[in-house]
Amino acid sequence: MLPDAHRALLSAYAEDLGDPLRLHRRGRLAALALAEAQTRVAAAVGARPDEVVFTPSLAHAAHAAIAGLARGRRRSGDIVVTTAVEHSSVLAAARTYGVHREVAVDRLGRVDLDRWTAEVSAPGVATAAIQVANHEVGTLQPYAEAIAIAQQAGVPLILDATTALGRLDLSAVPGWSVLLGWAGAFGGPVGVGFMVVRKGTRWRAPYPTDDYQDGRWPGPPDVAAVHAAAVALDSGLGLGRLVGEHQHRLVNHLRIEIGARVPDVEIAGDPVRRVPHLLTFSALYVDGEALTVELDRAGFAVASGSACSAHSEQPSHVLAAMGSLTHGNVRIGLTWTTDSAEVERFLTVLPVVVAEIRSRLGAP
Amino acid sequence: MIALRLDCRGQKCPQPIIELGRRIADVAVGELVELLADDPAAGPDVAAWCRMRGQELVVSESPRFVVRRR
Repeated sequence: MLPDAHRALLSAYAEDLGDPLRLHRRGRLAALALAEAQTRVAAAVGARPDEVVFTPSLAHAAHAAIAGLARGRRRSGDIVVTTAVEHSSVLAAARTYGVHREVAVDRLGRVDLDRWTAEVSAPGVATAAIQVANHEVGTLQPYAEAIAIAQQAGVPLILDATTALGRLDLSAVPGWSVLLGWAGAFGGPVGVGFMVVRKGTRWRAPYPTDDYQDGRWPGPPDVAAVHAAAVALDSGLGLGRLVGEHQHRLVNHLRIEIGARVPDVEIAGDPVRRVPHLLTFSALYVDGEALTVELDRAGFAVASGSACSAHSEQPSHVLAAMGSLTHGNVRIGLTWTTDSAEVERFLTVLPVVVAEIRSRLGAP
Repeated sequence: MIALRLDCRGQKCPQPIIELGRRIADVAVGELVELLADDPAAGPDVAAWCRMRGQELVVSESPRFVVRRR
């Protein structure tokens, strides 16, 4: 978590904010903090404060967005179009609440806009969802074009801004109907997600609601965490450009050097049109779990999309959709404080670790 | 005609791919290797291996894969 967000979280809990619907002092303070957080998120995405709805995670926001649009658009149809590389929660909600149509991506993870146009413009589409940037490989989607195509077809579009928010300026992206985000992705508390539902969108709550958040998400929100999330977003936007350029350079360096120093490695995603902080690669003949454990032992906390290492029997659907190697996979997310020295240390450790695992597995 | 059969059912990735990599040179150029692998990663990974190694993927019907050595 960003230091500013951490401090904000602790001081907000110390203030013992009350129920935002109550009129006593603690309740009014909570309502004030909630409204301020809505204002900050709204400013970051170019929306109105009253369009911002907080949820306990991205998954909750994604489920609510898709189920709510499927419900509101029942008369238009039940098809939910997504790219093949969306967050698992988006894909799961599309399958659960509608008839899911998936649009293929190319080797870099970019959606095929011709196929997107065909699927979105077909009769019976309730909604369509696309990311700004992919959460595993960092590739930017041609989201402005994809939004315009959905608008042309009269289909409300869900823009998943999770990976890009706080890294790219999204304050003037026109045409989406619902936007998704998650504080954990920009240095805020992991227990805060949100959906921003534009006024006039045919979204209907797909669950019983109450008086909280204007009947769009039930139960009192964790206002202290929501406040810290908004502080993290502001902080991230403040650091944004400077840190972003630095991270972009570090990832460029990593992409070139990993390719040069480790034989038989595939570096995934778009080398140029990407978010600044993410890097994913797969090493042939290497076990992703062993690689994650060995790198962790060397002081690097990395994720993996390999089947044997992600609490899942299935390999990463993102890598599979891109036609990338799924085993021996590592995903690195640079933090706000990652510097050149740490990157150099990683580049020294990685070839040794990969060679050791290959020799242990009897790789050819 | 299949020149070599590799039964890697029950093995987790990357083992089936390592086996394919170790044994591909056992057949002559133009000959076929059949790989049986039921790990869910085998589908994408056999295809990626063929691309990275310049081999030809002839059949990809999990759990059965056929590769022609080039």
